[in-house]
Amino acid sequence: MAYTEEELKKELETKEYEYGFYTDIESDTLPVGLNEEIIIAISKKKEEPDWMTAWRLEAFKHWKEMEEPDWANVHYKKPDFQAISYYSAPNKKPKYNSLDEVDPELLETFKKLGISVDEQKKLAGVAVDIVMDSVSVATTFKKTLAEKGIIFCSISEAIQEHPELVKKYIGTVVPQRDNFYAALNSAVFSDGSFCYIPKGVRCPMELSTYFRINQAGTGQFERTLVIADEGSYVSYLEGCTAPSRDENQLHAAVVELIALDDAEIKYSTVQNWFPGDKEGKGGVFNFVTKRGLCEKNAKISWTQVETGSAVTWKYPSCVLKGDNSIGEFYSIAVTNNFQQADTGTKMVHLGKNTRSTIISKGISAGKSQNSYRGLVQVNSRAENARNFSQCDSLLMGNECGAHTFPYIEAKNKSAQIEHEATTSKIGEDQIFYCNQRGIDTEKAIALIVNGFSKEVLNKLPMEFAVEAQKLLEISLEGSVG
Amino acid sequence: MLKIKDLHASIDDKEILKGINLEVKAGEVHAIMGPNGSGKSTLSAVIAGKEEFEVTQGSVELDGEDLDEVAPEERAHKGVFLSFQYPVEIPGVSVTNFIKTAINESRKARGMEEMPANEMLKMIREKSELLDIDRKFLSRSLNEGFSGGEKKRNEIFQMAMLEPKLAILDETDSGLDIDALRIVANGVNKLKSKDNAVIVITHYQRLLEYIVPDFVHVLHNGKIVKSGGKELALELEEKGYDWIKNEAVV
Repeated sequence: MAYTEEELKKELETKEYEYGFYTDIESDTLPVGLNEEIIIAISKKKEEPDWMTAWRLEAFKHWKEMEEPDWANVHYKKPDFQAISYYSAPNKKPKYNSLDEVDPELLETFKKLGISVDEQKKLAGVAVDIVMDSVSVATTFKKTLAEKGIIFCSISEAIQEHPELVKKYIGTVVPQRDNFYAALNSAVFSDGSFCYIPKGVRCPMELSTYFRINQAGTGQFERTLVIADEGSYVSYLEGCTAPSRDENQLHAAVVELIALDDAEIKYSTVQNWFPGDKEGKGGVFNFVTKRGLCEKNAKISWTQVETGSAVTWKYPSCVLKGDNSIGEFYSIAVTNNFQQADTGTKMVHLGKNTRSTIISKGISAGKSQNSYRGLVQVNSRAENARNFSQCDSLLMGNECGAHTFPYIEAKNKSAQIEHEATTSKIGEDQIFYCNQRGIDTEKAIALIVNGFSKEVLNKLPMEFAVEAQKLLEISLEGSVG
Repeated sequence: MLKIKDLHASIDDKEILKGINLEVKAGEVHAIMGPNGSGKSTLSAVIAGKEEFEVTQGSVELDGEDLDEVAPEERAHKGVFLSFQYPVEIPGVSVTNFIKTAINESRKARGMEEMPANEMLKMIREKSELLDIDRKFLSRSLNEGFSGGEKKRNEIFQMAMLEPKLAILDETDSGLDIDALRIVANGVNKLKSKDNAVIVITHYQRLLEYIVPDFVHVLHNGKIVKSGGKELALELEEKGYDWIKNEAVV
């Protein structure tokens, strides 16, 4: 069949959200609006200690004085922060010992996602801390981890049971007043994950969290804190899907990673939130602050595959504080229809001999806009800092856009900074060439996109890479007849 | 095998092919020669099914089946292979991965299982030796950063792997030095059998010294204006295309 530019475009636009469904689980929701009483109520519901309540209130104080940033290359109707309910927890909040005790409807939800807890349990080496709406409802593999002294639980639980660790580290990488969304998150965060790897321990399995926005009109404010103590290693996976909904849903998460001397953290994300429909209606607003701190000889790798959300504002960053520390950022961002993404990273070189690598792959289709924004900053004391950045954009059709905003600030003469950027387009010629070799158009696009994204896909843990590859294909191909 | 009857084709309402008649039987090698802009590449693209070109009249038949409604990939499954004049680059997709996908897609279309890995490996080894291809070459991204010669050699390698019924070599000689030309031609000759056919499209006679055609056709202004044996190519080389052009006017 003919495969003109026009048809290619049409085909790309005929993708429907695969995971659009809604789970009806009773939940306990606070009234809409945001004020000190609400924050105190959240803190109380979670039975938090006073210091935590005070910390939230302090964040709220900062937030009130801040303004929503508008420098990103995204356009959307600003959310009404007083029209959001800031707390929604599933009512049945038991502590499960086995899956049989879990609400069957919840299990059904996971089955629809193709990632049932059942399966997950069987998947060797994957422990799942499931976050549904705001409170963790199931945690698996905890025992095995406990034997190694690894703590992997919800942040609420960590506040109760490991207050010394939370108190010591929360807000040290992303301070309350860091930015508008981080301040909001600090004030109202409902739940999230907490992970601590003790000195010298190599976490024997990939730690995995599936996030899911569920309750209509509920903002989702996850807080994740990962601490890798000296000489330890952990690989953390975060994946998410959301039910399809008309109104916009706000998501403002904060993720803080702390890699102490000689520690290594690998943080991988596959994000597939509802991107809005073909007309650009609905979809999740995703304003995320992710940052990691590297002490001496430590290493942090961020790998992300971003295919969802109507608006994405996200810059997983590394502060390379310790000498010889390493920061890496590997990203694939796909936008289709009316999606807008402004994503990238910040690599802040403070220590000597620090190295950073940035590989960003943007794929735009439909009428979407895809921007890479990255900062490489070399401090005056950071001798021999090195950075390599590569930003590639792949365009499909004539109505989408790809933008690159690299910022470089080098205050030390010994710094070596390299930046490469390319923009290419899937052409009819490429498609025809594949067709001529017997490869149909759907498969051809998958092949081209996977080839384009290969360097990043290779960085994902095996099981995740397969899933991500599938997601890329779903995101871009739609239903080819 | 291939029957082209009164084929007219145009692009953007501009007629390029103006009534081509050609019959190619199994076991034959045909050469199509002609000056620039005579419609050589259009003819190969139309046979392969490139949809930018609109067939306004006439037909292309493969083994008695009219190809008009047949998609390019289905034509490939039926055994049509086009060696591109300008092979495209697909970054991040290795030669091996590409050919594996191509072979398995064709097998799938024919209702066959995927080719077992060891069988594929054996075949890759054989065919790459045939074309004097370095194994390292196979792991490189398809055509990315390839020299002109490497691109063409890769096309013939794919042809060898796919074992087509009808192979069309569109200006495979352009961009090849004499050694590469010899290797490529040698490869094509080894792949020739009584069951398949080759159409060699070329501007120069040079390639035909190595791949000896049974028939030579001269294309000019969208029509075959002269057909003959292999000696026609030599005559053309000697007299130049003006000879044909002048004759065509008369």
